[in-house]
Amino acid sequence: MAYSQKLMDHFTNPRNAGEMPDAHAVGEEGNLKCGDVMRVFIKVEDDRLSDVTFQTYGCMAAIAASDMVCEIAKGKTLDEAMRMTPKDVINELGEMPPIKFHCSILGTQALQAAIKEYRKKQ
Amino acid sequence: MRKTIYLDNGATTMLDPKVVEAMRPCFTEQYGNASSTHEYGRDAKDLLERSRGTIAKTINASPDEILFTSGGTESNNLAIKGVAYANQKKGKHLITTKVEHKCVMESCRWLESQGFKVTYLDVDSEGFVSPEALERAITKETVLFSVIHGNNEIGTIQDLAALGMVCKKHNVLFHTDACQSYTKTALDVKKQHLDLVTLNAHKLHGPKGVGALYVRRGVAISPWQHGGGHEKGNRGGTENIPGIVGFAVAAKLAMDEKHRKQMTKLRDKLIDNVLKIPGVTLNGPRGERRLCNNANFSFAGVEGEAIGGLLDAKGVCSSTGSACSAHSLEPSYVLLAIGLTHEQANGSLRLTLSRFTTEEEIDSTVKVLPEIVEKLRRISPFGKLIDKVLSKV
Ligand SMILES: Cc1ncc(COP(=O)(O)O)c(C=O)c1O
Ligand SMILES: [Zn+2]
Repeated sequence: MAYSQKLMDHFTNPRNAGEMPDAHAVGEEGNLKCGDVMRVFIKVEDDRLSDVTFQTYGCMAAIAASDMVCEIAKGKTLDEAMRMTPKDVINELGEMPPIKFHCSILGTQALQAAIKEYRKKQ
Repeated sequence: MRKTIYLDNGATTMLDPKVVEAMRPCFTEQYGNASSTHEYGRDAKDLLERSRGTIAKTINASPDEILFTSGGTESNNLAIKGVAYANQKKGKHLITTKVEHKCVMESCRWLESQGFKVTYLDVDSEGFVSPEALERAITKETVLFSVIHGNNEIGTIQDLAALGMVCKKHNVLFHTDACQSYTKTALDVKKQHLDLVTLNAHKLHGPKGVGALYVRRGVAISPWQHGGGHEKGNRGGTENIPGIVGFAVAAKLAMDEKHRKQMTKLRDKLIDNVLKIPGVTLNGPRGERRLCNNANFSFAGVEGEAIGGLLDAKGVCSSTGSACSAHSLEPSYVLLAIGLTHEQANGSLRLTLSRFTTEEEIDSTVKVLPEIVEKLRRISPFGKLIDKVLSKV
C-alpha cells in the first residue's frame, strides 16, 4: 500500500483534530457504508477562516485528508475556500493508492458544507 | 531497532529456518527435473515422491491421491472447475457458501458464466453452515459441495464430518479448502468423508507458490493446466521440487500438537484482553471450533484500516475487513454474511498468530491497542453524527 510519508504523518499526528465547541458553523459529509464520515468546524473573522478543525470516522487517507483540508483552509477567505478542490488536498498529501481518492474528497466537501451553513446563518 | 510484531499469519507466515535448510540443496545440488531418467532426475523424483508421501500421511490419504500445485488458489480452481467439467453428464449444479475465500467465489462465479448453477449457502452468526441447509440445497443435478474448513477471516472451523455425511448420503462430491486449518485442527479424509482437499504451504511456515490437492482415488477431474503429463496428467508443468520439499518439511514440523496448544493459549489471552476494551465484539466462535491462531474483532465508532495503520506505526502487523482496505470499497462479504452491519464490518481488525508468536508480543499488543482505539474515537464524530447516519442506512 503506497502512502506518502506526509500522509502517514498527518494520519498519526493530526494537528487539527477535535470538536470546536464555539464553532461558527459545522459541515458534515460521508456515510458509514463506504466507511468514512467527516465533520468540519469553522470559525470566521473578517470573512476569513480563522480556525478550522475536524472529526473523522474513517481510514488513514480520510483522516490525513481531513487534517490537510484544515491546514490548507486556515487563513483563506471564504471565497478562496469555496474554490478549493480535492485535488489541492491530494497534491499536498502526496502519493496514495488511486482507490483512496474517494476517501480524500470528503474533507473538502465537509468544509464547503460548513461555509454554506455559515453564510446561510448570516 | 524496534522489533516488529507480526500478527498477520493468516495472510502468510515466516519460513521456518529448518524449511529453508531443507530446500537449499534442491537449488544447488539436487536441481534435476523429476521427469529426467538420469541420476539428477532420479534424485529429484525421489524427493518429489517422498514429499508426496509425507503430505499424504498428514491427512490419512495415499500418496497417489496427492497432486502438487502452485498453491491454494490453483488447487481450489482445479477442484471446483475440474469436478464441474468432468461430471457434466450427471449435472451442472454446485453448492458452496457465502464465506468462501475469493478464489472459490470467483471460480464459482466463472462457472455460472459458463452455464453452471451455483447455490451459495447462508451461515449462522458464528459462520457455521448447517448440514440441514446443505441437504435441502442438494438436487439430482448437484455434483459438488465445496466449503472452507477454517475460515480465513473469522476462524470458524466447519464440522466436516457432519457435512461430509450429507454429501455421501446423496452421492455429491465433497471438497474442502483447508489452507487455513491444515495442521491447526484435525483433518482426516476418511473420517471426514472428503473427496477433494485444498492445501498450501505458506500458511504453515513453508514457501509461497506451492500447494496440493487431494483427489480421492476414483474421483474424476478435468485437468486445467495442460502440459507434459506431470502429476498423472492432472497438472502439467515441471514440478517445483524446492517448494514441494519445503512444503513437506513445513507440514511435518507444523503437525506437532504442542504448537496448537501454545497458539490456543495465546489466542485466548489476546481475545480475553481485547474484549475488555469498551465497545468491542468478537467475530466468529470461541473455543475449540475456532482456528487456534485467529482473532477477529469489531470496534464501534472506529474504522479498521485506521486501527491497523496506528498499530503498524507501533510495529504491529494486522489486517482488516473494512471497505477502505479493499480494492472494491465494499467491506468483507464474510463479515456481512454473519450479519454484521457495514459499520461493524468497517470496524473490524484481524490478528492472526503463529507458533513463533510469543507471550510478550501478545502482551505488548494488548497494551497498545486500547490507546489506539481511544485516540481514534477521540477524533471520530461518534455520537450525534454516527447515530444520524446509522438511521439513514
Ligand atoms: C482459505 C484460503 N484459501 C485459499 C488461499 C489462497 O492460497 P494461495 O495464496 O496459496 O494461492 C488462501 C490464502 O491466501 C486462504 O486463506
Ligand atoms: Zn476511506
